[in-house]
Amino acid sequence: MQPSIASRDYAPQTADVPVLALSGITKSFPGVKALDGVSLELFPGQVTALIGENGAGKSTIVKTLTGIYQPDAGEIRVAGKPVRFASAQDAARAGITAIHQETVLFDELTVAENIFIGHAPRGRFGMIDWAEMRRRARDILARIDAELDPDTPLRDLGIASKHLVAIARALSVDARVVVMDEPTAALSHKEIEELYELVDRLKSEGRAILFISHKFDEIFRIADRYTVFRDGAHVGSGLMADVDEADLVRMMVGRDVDQIFPDRVKSPGEEVLKVVGYAHPTEFDDIGFSLRRGEILGVYGLVGAGRSEVMQALFGITRPSKGAVKIDGAIKVIRSPADAVANGIVYVPEDRGKQGAVIGMPIFQNVTLPSLSQTSHRGFLRLAEEFALARRYTERLDLRAAALDQDVGNLSGGNQQKVVIAKWLATQPKVIILDEPTKGIDIGSKAAVHAFMAELAAEGLAVIMVSSEIPEVLGMSDRVIVMREGLIAAELEGDALTPETLVRHAAGIGEDRP
Amino acid sequence: MKRLLTSRETMLSGAILLLLALTASRFPGFIAPANLVAVFTDTSPLLILALGQTVVILTRCIDLSVAANLALSGMVCAMLNAAMPGIPVALILALAVLLGAVMGAINGALVWKLAIPPIVVTLGTMTIYRGIIFLISDGAWVNAHEMSAAFTGLPRARILGLPVLAWFGIASALLIWLMVTRTPLGRAFYAVGGNPHAAVYTGIDVGRTQFWAFTISGALAGLAGYLWVARYSVAYVDIAGGFELEVVAACVIGGISIAGGAGTILGTILGALFLGIIKNALPVVDVSPFWQMAISGAAIIIAVTLNTRSARAKGRIILRRAQAAQTEGAPA
Repeated sequence: MQPSIASRDYAPQTADVPVLALSGITKSFPGVKALDGVSLELFPGQVTALIGENGAGKSTIVKTLTGIYQPDAGEIRVAGKPVRFASAQDAARAGITAIHQETVLFDELTVAENIFIGHAPRGRFGMIDWAEMRRRARDILARIDAELDPDTPLRDLGIASKHLVAIARALSVDARVVVMDEPTAALSHKEIEELYELVDRLKSEGRAILFISHKFDEIFRIADRYTVFRDGAHVGSGLMADVDEADLVRMMVGRDVDQIFPDRVKSPGEEVLKVVGYAHPTEFDDIGFSLRRGEILGVYGLVGAGRSEVMQALFGITRPSKGAVKIDGAIKVIRSPADAVANGIVYVPEDRGKQGAVIGMPIFQNVTLPSLSQTSHRGFLRLAEEFALARRYTERLDLRAAALDQDVGNLSGGNQQKVVIAKWLATQPKVIILDEPTKGIDIGSKAAVHAFMAELAAEGLAVIMVSSEIPEVLGMSDRVIVMREGLIAAELEGDALTPETLVRHAAGIGEDRP
Repeated sequence: MKRLLTSRETMLSGAILLLLALTASRFPGFIAPANLVAVFTDTSPLLILALGQTVVILTRCIDLSVAANLALSGMVCAMLNAAMPGIPVALILALAVLLGAVMGAINGALVWKLAIPPIVVTLGTMTIYRGIIFLISDGAWVNAHEMSAAFTGLPRARILGLPVLAWFGIASALLIWLMVTRTPLGRAFYAVGGNPHAAVYTGIDVGRTQFWAFTISGALAGLAGYLWVARYSVAYVDIAGGFELEVVAACVIGGISIAGGAGTILGTILGALFLGIIKNALPVVDVSPFWQMAISGAAIIIAVTLNTRSARAKGRIILRRAQAAQTEGAPA
């Protein structure tokens, strides 16, 4: 048997020496600095909560400490000794394991095989010793009170049981650092309680736990320490006992106003869209709101709150099970995206690459794609009219491209976004839904998109903006709907619109869990 | 200018000219106008099927049933002519196109409504269509003496020096080119194959677009069915056996991306001509038919390699001089 990491060096350490310490970690991707000199310390026998908005750099730091990303600068120390993780295997060897949101396990293998994959006990001739593997799997499962048969194929298990297998796997390599990335996101109430007990047990065994969660109630329930990231920077850390919810929210959102939003004269016109009692069997329920001409409605919420799902139903991609839509006062049935476009609703999706532009098609053809009935005559396309239409809308958006017959794929992300928006404006819609319109684009292009959004509203278009960026939501919206777990948690306007209220409603702070 | 020189179509034209020159150096008669017409006529059925296949491949599908469709349509035409010689050929021709379109529509409907992968659907219908030929013909042949003179004469009749078979090839190419480049449906083919998700968000029904692509491919296969049977004056279960792969090869050599959304009708025409010339030229210069297969195979691999190379990301344009160079290179 290989000597376990535990027997080597972590037993004698006390709780005030970090078992894993990251300092000055910087990591850049083209156009974005994801982490800027952040530090993070994890102590044996303690749970550290990592808190931050979407895009604060939480997943980047997890990928750095599990060896998936290599930092551009900074130092990682394991039990005081500097290390380099060239790969995920290196991090695993140092005793760091992660339990991801979507567990990274193999559905077609059994529980025992999943626990021991990569380090299965070997018998004679280097063959896998199945009996030994089953026996040890049973031992580990018993230690965490998991009533699972080692021979069950993993695909027969629910999410909670899969988490248990992942934890068993962490124990089988004697992990001293366990990273849990939103482990309760898909669990039921009872399963969450069981997970908390397991976390307590891991603590008592002296393992360090990094717990990532958006839910404040559970952070206060199980964490000993906190670390807060904002926009890729470290903004604070300490003991949970020293802070309350308000402090953490302030650290998460309290930022300098580094973006300037366009001034807007708010003069909403008559109601153009009304959604009543929209529901879907699994995604959302009881969604109702109205929208006026010239208005920008922000839709805020955590990732997975059901915002995009509602918008996709509104656009005819999925069908709601209940509810009605009124456009200009008349009830309309939207069965397909074509119906939505015909009724003046357009949707600029979040994932541009996948759902926005057709790479390989020239710019002008991308722009005119939904407007071909306008530019064709007796069933034939008129290229001159297509070019004219494309030129009109791309010029309005200040698109920088050598020529309109250039492939969209050669444009930068921001310019591709402009092509997608131009495409929709060319259909002369009444309502435009922008899903995360500035995600992943540079500051300059962001400002252009914001200015343009304001211009659209001024021209009388009704805009729905789904966004996870608090400054953008506050800076652009006339009104904001906050969604949580598929329901509308709040509709905010005027003085009620503050970073704190947004985060409170989105995370459900101060409300009982259903 | 550089773009024009390095384009797939230019390179393929160059290869075709080289092939003609090499053949002519051994056997000058090959490039005599009359022989070139004969080669083109001989290639026309391949061209007609490849045009249909192109449309299907553009939408990120594949139609393996075209040769079986051709054989079944051809058999129905031949049996009808044998049983009722009085029916005008024009009517038989229309029937062939209609029957082919129905078979294509069945493929399309299965892909659209049941969301079965196209390769599985057409592999199944390919076998079914061949089976139906056996059922209706009892495995018997329809021979030349059972067919009417008008029936077998049409493909061979000459208009302006060109056989009608060749005219059908030219007309199909023009029609499909017009449809692909100048109609909303043609644009939808590219959108659906290039980015199905984006197409959905644009209000294009992906399944319906693919349905039309299969129907068009089927209609052309039906047309080719009559032409084939009339030209060779024989119909039996196994005509054009395995021809579907040659059809796909013509598309691939012509630069139609098997991943959908990219390629031109000119490319398909050149791809079909390339294969047609190889088939006709190699026996003339005394190269064994086995070399023919090897050369066709090599052409496919070379074509796909070129496709992948040109599709590979050239990297983002960050350098100022790269940006400037690109702007100069782009047409005004």
